Amino acid sequence: MAFPSPRPARPELPRQRVQTLQCGQGAVRAARFNADGNYCLTCGSDKTLKLWNPHKGTALRTYQGHGYEVLDAAGSFDNSQICSGGADKAVALWDVTTGQVVRKYRGHAGKVNCVQFNQESTVIVSGSIDSTVRCWDCRSRRPDPVQLLDEAKDGISSVKLSAHEILTGSVDGRVRRYDLRAGQLCSDYIGTPITSVCFSKDGQCVLAASLDSTLRLLDKDTGELLGEYTGHTSTTYRLDCVLNEQDTHVGCASEDGHVYFWDLLEGSLALSLPVGQGVVQSLAFHPRLSCLLVATQGQVTLWREDSFQPGGGDPDT
Amino acid sequence: MAAAESSDSEEEDLVSYGSALQPLQEGERIKKPVPLQEQTVKDAKGRYQRFHGAFTGGFSAGYFNTVGTKEGWTPSAFVSSRQKRADRTTLGPEDFMDEEDLSEFGIAPKDITTTDDFASKAKDRIKEKARQIAGVIAPIPGTTAFDDLIGPSKITVGVELLRKMGWKEGQGIGPRVKRKPCRQKPDPTVKIYGCALPPGLSEGSEDEEDEYQPENVTFAPKDVMPVDLTPKENVHGLGYKGLDPSQALFGASGREHLNLFTGGSEETSNLLGDLRHSKGRKLGITGQAFGVGALEEEDDDIYATDTLSKYDTVLKDEEPGDGLYGWTAPKQYKSKKRPERDFKYIGKVLAGFSLASKSSAPVKIYPPPSLPRNYRPFHYFRPVLVAGNENCHLQKALQESTGKLESGPAHQSRHALNAAQRREQLGETELKGPAPSILEYLCEKDRERLKEVKQASEQQMKAKMESQQAANSRLQSASPEDAALKWRTLLEGQLADAGSSDFKPFAKNPEKQKRYENFVKSLKQGEKVETLERFLDPNMTEWERGREQEEFCRAAMFYRSSNSTLSSRFTRAKYEDDVDKVEVPRDQENDIDDKETAVKMKMFGKLTRDTFEWHPDKLLCKRFNVRDPYPDSSVVGLPKVKRDKYSVFNFLTVPEPTTSVTQATTKKIQESNSVNKPKKSSRWDVSDKEKEKKDSISEFISLARSKAENQQQPPVPATEQCGTGTTESLPTVVADEDKNREEESGRPPMDLFKAIFVSSSDEKSSSSEEESDEEQQPTTSERQSETTKQVDMPDSSSSNLQGTVTATTDPGISSLPASKRELDATEEFGPKLPPAFSSGTTWQQQTVVPATFPGPSRKEKHRKIRERHKTKKERKRKKEKKKKHKKQKNKGKHKNKKSEKDSSSDTTDSSDSLSDMDTTGLSPKELLRRLKQLQH
Repeated sequence: MAFPSPRPARPELPRQRVQTLQCGQGAVRAARFNADGNYCLTCGSDKTLKLWNPHKGTALRTYQGHGYEVLDAAGSFDNSQICSGGADKAVALWDVTTGQVVRKYRGHAGKVNCVQFNQESTVIVSGSIDSTVRCWDCRSRRPDPVQLLDEAKDGISSVKLSAHEILTGSVDGRVRRYDLRAGQLCSDYIGTPITSVCFSKDGQCVLAASLDSTLRLLDKDTGELLGEYTGHTSTTYRLDCVLNEQDTHVGCASEDGHVYFWDLLEGSLALSLPVGQGVVQSLAFHPRLSCLLVATQGQVTLWREDSFQPGGGDPDT
Repeated sequence: MAAAESSDSEEEDLVSYGSALQPLQEGERIKKPVPLQEQTVKDAKGRYQRFHGAFTGGFSAGYFNTVGTKEGWTPSAFVSSRQKRADRTTLGPEDFMDEEDLSEFGIAPKDITTTDDFASKAKDRIKEKARQIAGVIAPIPGTTAFDDLIGPSKITVGVELLRKMGWKEGQGIGPRVKRKPCRQKPDPTVKIYGCALPPGLSEGSEDEEDEYQPENVTFAPKDVMPVDLTPKENVHGLGYKGLDPSQALFGASGREHLNLFTGGSEETSNLLGDLRHSKGRKLGITGQAFGVGALEEEDDDIYATDTLSKYDTVLKDEEPGDGLYGWTAPKQYKSKKRPERDFKYIGKVLAGFSLASKSSAPVKIYPPPSLPRNYRPFHYFRPVLVAGNENCHLQKALQESTGKLESGPAHQSRHALNAAQRREQLGETELKGPAPSILEYLCEKDRERLKEVKQASEQQMKAKMESQQAANSRLQSASPEDAALKWRTLLEGQLADAGSSDFKPFAKNPEKQKRYENFVKSLKQGEKVETLERFLDPNMTEWERGREQEEFCRAAMFYRSSNSTLSSRFTRAKYEDDVDKVEVPRDQENDIDDKETAVKMKMFGKLTRDTFEWHPDKLLCKRFNVRDPYPDSSVVGLPKVKRDKYSVFNFLTVPEPTTSVTQATTKKIQESNSVNKPKKSSRWDVSDKEKEKKDSISEFISLARSKAENQQQPPVPATEQCGTGTTESLPTVVADEDKNREEESGRPPMDLFKAIFVSSSDEKSSSSEEESDEEQQPTTSERQSETTKQVDMPDSSSSNLQGTVTATTDPGISSLPASKRELDATEEFGPKLPPAFSSGTTWQQQTVVPATFPGPSRKEKHRKIRERHKTKKERKRKKEKKKKHKKQKNKGKHKNKKSEKDSSSDTTDSSDSLSDMDTTGLSPKELLRRLKQLQH
């Protein structure tokens, strides 16, 4: 590289609440950005799934069809489909425009905690408290999963996908990474139940939140510990952890109503964001912007960096 | 003409014909005239023609009167019969004819003519009638049968039946009779050459024949003549037929006079017969061209003149009188009347038999017995009594009225006997022949068994009868006896065919089991329950014996019904009982103790990582756009190996050389990315790599131990074991492994299980307590004792085990109806869904759904609830909202509690260890460096 790339601006953490969505669908189990971050999905405990434009604060559509509360959802890369999993043990594939259930995948023996699309949205990977991860094919009409990953000894609390990897966090205290390309399974023992896992943006690290109120950053290849982040409270609930859009900070929801951010390198607490009184149920970070989606109680709040001018309209600017 | 024209000017009076010869050239030789034998005549198509014809004259046939070509008959093209079946050509006359022969004026003109099928019906009717009549008055009666054979006649059933009975066409129907054959009348259609016998002589000869005529020859009766019902449509006189041209021209009319007044059927037959005759003679090519040839069989009198003397002038009788119509039958003896002869058997007689000389005496007919006066011709059916309780008194009444109950094998009437039984009674030997019953085909053993069953059922019937009678006799029978009776009747039917009993309900008590077996055995043999008391323990009291008997009955019933009812409730075992090899995953995540230690020491990496060979599904690879890493293997998931079911190696992960299919591919992959994944396959190869890895592990362990000693921690036994090697640490490793393994390997026997549990608990006490820094630990154990269904977070080895158990039981639980929200709430697995309001006492209590509507009144409510929880541990209704400060309060309490509990163990808290770790500075620098690398 002849010329060093310009130093990226110091990332700003979202500190400013710019939008509040009163979801009206009971407790919001999960709030997720879509692939480009322009929309978000909220999973309600009243069996509904809602699509929002969080930047404008408008509800776009409600998806009804689950038999019990919806626990997780994800949007496809082309925004044409949504997958969701719920306590009715079913994984549903929705058509965004019509709002109808395209397919329902039944096979899990317990609540479906987490669902993810793969990159091309051809496979839905769902993790359940029945300790299995199931890969459902969206292309064929096959009713049974393409593959069943039943190596976990306890419920699956979180699943994330990269281009060729399936990352699962399980209550049995292990983070398992199924590498399709290399054909191997790496199981890292954390010890305490894992509540959430996520890849770093560069795909080199794995962040795992566990019930001992600790976040751990692990090297993906070797499993070595790169960092530990404590200070929040997570002993009971399945709380999300995130990395910000530039992988500079690590964030995690807390049971004390705050969202904590740590500097990824130094491990120091960077920000404690008071969101509300209750447990912060779900957390989602915008893929490109410093924009945080926080679900607590029955509402979802959108947080932006301080320099953000509300009313700017377009979130991409 | 041209010559004439040209010569006109020179020689006007000359007339010339023909074409002029070509003018001679100078010096040219005069052509020789073609000799006669070389001059040929050709037909229109240029073929040579001969003037002497083979068939019709004036045409040629073949090549110089021989064959079609110079080489011979035109050879047909050879067709190999292998490739294609050559058409079988049947050569007809046409094949040897020229085209001219087939043309209009040829010898075989192929013009269109009306066939019989489409001929007019009138002609057909005549023919049919003629046939009918000819059947009666044929030269030989019955010759029409030949016609029927030839023609596709559709015979009616009646005719067919008659034929089978011996009837022939032309005969009458009825018994054969003896009669005088009619005088042979010369057949009109048969031409008699030479001298005709004088009529008188013929009569005489007929009479002479009578005498040596066999007397027992009978004749079919005379057939009834069909009445000719054709109405008269013309104005001719009665019976006038006119002259038949065919007969007039070439019929037999030459000798016989034409009879215009055909006197009925005779003349008709004459006419038609003649027609038939001529037709038969003139087969083949017909043509008038030839005239009467030299080879004609008969030379008709071509000079015959039709004179009036040939015509009848008076009407004749219809019949000669006897109605035999040409039968050359023997004469009937009218003088001797022997009626017996008529009754004689005239059928065939089997060889070795002879007809009885005198007929048997006529069968004497006995008159039917005279009926009694009061007989009424009605049959009434005696009601069939089913031996049951409901009609016992009816039966009793019947018994009294009849005096006896007809039952039991002893009173079997002789009508109930079958042939074999009768044979036995008669003392006869069995017939040798085809086996009369299926029993013959059964083997001896099966027959015995069947016999037993039969006996048993018979005895059962008998017993039922007897018991019925007994019950009838003493209606006051006590209720326990009734119960026993009920059992017995229930059982005896069902147990009779019960199979061999490998069902041992009293296996714990061998004597009792033995008694039970005897009981069942004799039950099977059909003994009654009452008589079975001898199998019971005589030392027991009456009450005990009654109890045991009932117990046995129940057990037997259970055994009986278990086949059907129980089997439907259970699914197949995961592992076959009789198969001692099971498939288990080849590799297991193991060494939890090691890992815990490592985790505690923040030594993530090699110590905490297990890497397995994992085979993604091919379709999954396709969907992820990833090349299948194991294209040759059919394994999906973790590769499995077969091991002994209860082998200790199931609970060990001693690296052993596997015969996995994927070995080769593993190696291949390993070669491909051996640079950065050196340990991928080395785990499975017993090689120096393994040793190397072990060394590294032990190195780490020793490092960890030194650190632990620095912190004044007691050395962990697990690390020692690991350090010394896996083979030496069998028992503990077994214990550890089992926890992971449990769900895969099914249920091992109980004692093994126990042993594992004992050892693991020991292990736990030594290893896990000291690092039980997690707050959940005490509450977890507490909760375990309370609710079995609840699942906790496996944050230690013990809870890990529990986690696995719950994971396996999960499907059943989760299949509960979703309406039971509270119940569901307690059955949360793993981290809970956060409530909308936090106030939790323990994480377990705030099980579920956060409230959707917060309200100030909830606080009090929740407090109450919480108090209730404190006392009753009732955690079901916890979806009510919790406030954060409450939770914190609670947490404080909890911590107190925890500290109390943990006071026994001298472990450091997690925070302590954390701080320790931070201070010990295992990695900050290095970590930072790494992170920075990562950042770039």
